[in-house]
Amino acid sequence: MKTVRIDAKGMHYTPLNQKIRAAVADGAEEIILDNILGQRFIGDGLRGNVRITINGVPGGDLGMFMSGPTCIVNGNAEHAPGNTMDSGMLVIHGSAGDAVAHGMRGGKVFIKNNIGYRGGIHMKQYEVEARPILVVGGTAHSFLGEYMAGGLVLVLGIGKEKAMTDRGIGSGIHGGEIIIRGDVDDYLLGVGAKKFEFTESDLERISPVIKSFCEHFDLDPAEFLDTNYTRIGPASSRPFASKYVWE
Amino acid sequence: MTLGSVPPKFKVTIDRDECMDCGRCIENCSYGVYRREGDRILIESRKCTACLRCVSMCPRDAITLTEKPVDYRSHPLWTREAREDIINQARSGKIILSGMGNARDLPVIYDRLLLDACQVTNPSIDPLREPMELRTYIGKKPSKLKFRKTESGDVELDTKLAPNLKLDTPIMIGHMSFGAISLNSQLSMAKAVAETGTFMGTGEGGLHKELYPYQDHMIVQVASGRFGVNIDYLERGAAIEIKIGQGAKPGIGGHLPGEKVNEEVSKTRMIPLGSDAISPAPHHDIYSIEDLVQLIRSLKEATEWKKPVFVKIAAVHNVAPIAAGIARSSADAVVIDGFRGGTGAAPKVFRDHVGIPIEAAIASVDQKLRDQGVRNEISIIASGGIRSSADLAKSIALGADAVYVGTAALVALGCRVCGNCYRNLCPWGIATQRPDLVSRLDPEAGAAQVSNLIHGWTLELSELMGAAGINSIESLRGNRDRLRGYMLDEGMLKILDVLPAGA
Repeated sequence: MKTVRIDAKGMHYTPLNQKIRAAVADGAEEIILDNILGQRFIGDGLRGNVRITINGVPGGDLGMFMSGPTCIVNGNAEHAPGNTMDSGMLVIHGSAGDAVAHGMRGGKVFIKNNIGYRGGIHMKQYEVEARPILVVGGTAHSFLGEYMAGGLVLVLGIGKEKAMTDRGIGSGIHGGEIIIRGDVDDYLLGVGAKKFEFTESDLERISPVIKSFCEHFDLDPAEFLDTNYTRIGPASSRPFASKYVWE
Repeated sequence: MTLGSVPPKFKVTIDRDECMDCGRCIENCSYGVYRREGDRILIESRKCTACLRCVSMCPRDAITLTEKPVDYRSHPLWTREAREDIINQARSGKIILSGMGNARDLPVIYDRLLLDACQVTNPSIDPLREPMELRTYIGKKPSKLKFRKTESGDVELDTKLAPNLKLDTPIMIGHMSFGAISLNSQLSMAKAVAETGTFMGTGEGGLHKELYPYQDHMIVQVASGRFGVNIDYLERGAAIEIKIGQGAKPGIGGHLPGEKVNEEVSKTRMIPLGSDAISPAPHHDIYSIEDLVQLIRSLKEATEWKKPVFVKIAAVHNVAPIAAGIARSSADAVVIDGFRGGTGAAPKVFRDHVGIPIEAAIASVDQKLRDQGVRNEISIIASGGIRSSADLAKSIALGADAVYVGTAALVALGCRVCGNCYRNLCPWGIATQRPDLVSRLDPEAGAAQVSNLIHGWTLELSELMGAAGINSIESLRGNRDRLRGYMLDEGMLKILDVLPAGA
């Protein structure tokens, strides 16, 4: 496996991304970035199957528009990792800021700990191959999965008494599903979101996601493979249809 | 208590002496006004939208259409519209949606601005004989140029220039998405802009593969729904436009109803078949001007700084400081969309009451950017209700670099501004996805009509400039001395920085 190591100390994001692109063009299969400290847009619009290990804390929009690569972050991430991402994977060994997986249309974002506000907002899907997945090990702040049009958001609430305690879950959701470990209080749901029973067949469907998440963070999946979840989806696929009348 | 029906908006009659009973009106009307019963064509006027398809297709000019055949008791305040909106909402309790641009009878500033011409003291220029420079570059310009001398003594440019769009004429076609309008409409306009050396916007509907041959003339849009946006889409566009707001509905998002999301639309937008395509009011990754900078740079970084990035905002009260913020945000152009801008569908109260006139917005944005010394670094594109080459010339004289036209291009394709775009029944094959209706619009013929319009306006602009003794569009830009206000109040003249007629 061809590995390229880049020391990003003091480097601006544009030359850093140029080096990453050059390495990918040169056939690198693994890229290790050391001393990352707030550089934005890492892997922005990047194609291919390269695996990028990020040692440090990347800045905003990690993996934006990314199509294919895998980024492993050994640290926290700033806001909006996986923004409008197409395919590939982000694995963050820490927490991330607001708008994680914003408008994401495919691929996976795994966050070990917590995320900020508006996680998974406006995630969408198209057919089976483009179905984005966001898994949060800890908890998320308000407006999780707002305007969601497709895909899966899974919150495990590890180490928390309740996985979700912030409001506005799934406001305006019109596609996809939000699955939260344990019970979710009704008042936390946003307008247009509805709770559904979490069944054995749901578990069967999401257990590969749980197993994959646990594998990345060295957790025992057995702990999560039961039906103690709440599934939240759209009350209607046309949440705004009843608001309007024509002239 | 029943509210009863409101009077029909139009009355359609057939002159039975002229009618040859060919039935083209029946075939052409997608709203179902006409039907045949026995040997007679019957008319249901209430269904008429005044799209004029039947009138245009009747071989004998036998159809007459009258607006408001039954009227209410006249009243200056309680207009027909006011009363009917109340009746509609008393029935439904909902938000009223409407199509096309602002339909209120408010004064048009363009119509109260007059252009200048030369007499005696300086000669006018004949564009037939003299070259007229209409070429316009849209994008960031350096504040200064640095040169260096090579060893051989040549002088070379040292400043790195940002990518610009090269327009042969300062007329572009604004963003109307595939979904809102048909593929044949987009194809017609794409062929026309490629032929006339200008550009058009994709709207937030992705880029259909049939448009790929024209991608060098397409500005791809990134709006809050991020429909159809991926790296391939961004790389195909000649430029990228971030849509923050739209003149027809400032401050709110857009909903493409599921009925219009057919297989092709679903594929191009990358959303499931038949699902509503909802664009939220804000971009949820932009909650501040700093976040806008981040989105602009993320788009530039994704496309390796090869594409200009525009930011489109609706003309609202504080448009000038907002545009100034955008000018400093690494955007290459700011697009301002005035309150008369069109739309497939918008809440009527927004369409008719929110935002400010584009004329005032151009003037105040241009002034603010000049005051801050950055006007030369960013382009201004104006849109929203530009109907003619006169509006175009006046927009440039007020300070715009170029304009976007939307409705005007649709009218060139057959649109009669009936305002029923949202019904998916457009009999002209424009605002519809119904295959039998879409096929009425031939992209070749449509392209010829749109490019004729662009040619016509370009010729007129050259003539207007020549008459004013101006041979380069750059000398017209922001040249408010070549405008005079007629029946405009002092406050407006001040905002426009234009003298009154006679001064």
